[in-house]
Amino acid sequence: MLEIKLPGLDLKNPIIPASGCFGFGREYAELYDLSVLGGIAIKSATLEKRYGNPTPRIAETPEGMLNAIGLQNPGVDAIIANELPWLATFDTQIIANVAGASEEEYIEVIKRLNANETVKAYELNISCPNVKHGGIGLGTDPTLAANITRMAKEVATKPVYVKLSPNVSNIVEIAKAVEAAGADGLVLINTLLGMRFDLHTGKPILANLTGGLSGPAIKPIALRMVYQVYKEVKIPIIGVGGICSAEDVLEFLYAGASAVQVGMYNFVDPYICPKIIEDLPKTLKKYGIKNIQEAIGRSHHE
Amino acid sequence: MKISNDKIISNEKIANDTYKMVLQPETIPIILPGQFVNIKVDGNMLRRPISVASVDQNTYTIIYKVVGVGTKKLSKLSKGHILDIMGPLGSSFPIHETLDEVLLIGGGVGVPPLYEVAKQYRQQGIEVYVVLGFNDKDAIFYEDDFKQLGCKVYTSTMDGSYGIKGTVMDCIKEHNITCDTVYSCGPLRMLEAVDKNYKKGYLSFEARMACGIGACMGCVCKDKEDKEMYYRICKEGPVFEIGKVEIVC
Repeated sequence: MLEIKLPGLDLKNPIIPASGCFGFGREYAELYDLSVLGGIAIKSATLEKRYGNPTPRIAETPEGMLNAIGLQNPGVDAIIANELPWLATFDTQIIANVAGASEEEYIEVIKRLNANETVKAYELNISCPNVKHGGIGLGTDPTLAANITRMAKEVATKPVYVKLSPNVSNIVEIAKAVEAAGADGLVLINTLLGMRFDLHTGKPILANLTGGLSGPAIKPIALRMVYQVYKEVKIPIIGVGGICSAEDVLEFLYAGASAVQVGMYNFVDPYICPKIIEDLPKTLKKYGIKNIQEAIGRSHHE
Repeated sequence: MKISNDKIISNEKIANDTYKMVLQPETIPIILPGQFVNIKVDGNMLRRPISVASVDQNTYTIIYKVVGVGTKKLSKLSKGHILDIMGPLGSSFPIHETLDEVLLIGGGVGVPPLYEVAKQYRQQGIEVYVVLGFNDKDAIFYEDDFKQLGCKVYTSTMDGSYGIKGTVMDCIKEHNITCDTVYSCGPLRMLEAVDKNYKKGYLSFEARMACGIGACMGCVCKDKEDKEMYYRICKEGPVFEIGKVEIVC
């Protein structure tokens, strides 16, 4: 009822913790068996170790939060050596989120991950708003987005999903460009660029000044973008943005997502993913849906 | 760590903008001195990390300052209200059995976690010096509570409205306190001064957190020596050995 097959990913259910909100799973593995998850989008990998941005990196917002972590990670080699062998002990599909400061860096990270059997698919992060180079710079221009996708596809031995930025005037244009460049799937959406200010100092709260907005506040925007893109592309879409219940998942499926990622709500309730997985069959039943497949893109059907 | 529904036994104002809340969990977990709990406040997204001041038979106590909307809401809750609380979280202040005396240095709302440290050392009969720093007379709390434990308590205020005028370091100098093992929690500038003046002991840090369990990398700090090394304040911290963390004010 919950299973779904996507390029490279054989998901037992459509629930995947989103990259950056779940580390490499170690903290959550202390709380529950990660094998219940459909998959895990692990923390972004860059070629070298990155410390990320200065603190404060976090600010709360109405129904959401801003973050400006800045892709802190131990570097792809350390991830291959220390994190992936441990993740391989769980019965879940690992998606490696790939980031870089230049096109060449993305390609090198992919080359190093190619030989690793635990990674089932790549998620190209061309939408991180918190790094000065690469990241969002590639994700807001259809030509650059298509170019990095093409380069990634040339070297990747696993399917490539491209995670798009919502900070664009025309999401469909970018999605189509990425599809034409050979992407196997899309992940919609990354965070929206935002700010908050300290009332005492008058300065931005985040040391990076701006950060990425996530949480329920962005759910309607994510749903709208999934809906618009679904109409125009043939490749599957993984929906992400403010999901915190099985009902939210259903909305994303109706809009056109084939699976979903759960992001910031893991911080509010660390058990949210297993809870949603448990609730999903009841929720599908309640709305007369026999299986996930039937719900995907339902809003577009006659 | 677990998530539990803890009942508010009392929630009262004890100083300017400062509240003391006693909570009763279904079963009291082992909470070590310096650890914190992460509290869900209705209508807010992120949990509020607040250190535990005292652990008793079947209750524990937190002391918090109203600094924004979340803590404001907390301050309005009354007896019997149930809170969704994650914890206990983070590292703790180690309690040693071979010391003759310890010095606790607390600033403002950083004072609370030191209370449980004082309690445990006093139970061992060890001499405990407590130096407290507050902005002014109206912000002072727990001075008598420390005294009741049998601690030697010295208080300073920045505006001089009570005790020694100046910082906790001024207060230590004025009273010629020579104890060299310190436990400290308070504003970053105070921790920086303590870190500069002492070689032995522990500091507890505060940070803006998201997950509170080490997953999001929101609250990291750097190692003082090895700039490549970092710690998560919520996971490896909030308590660190003196001299371990790079303090950036």
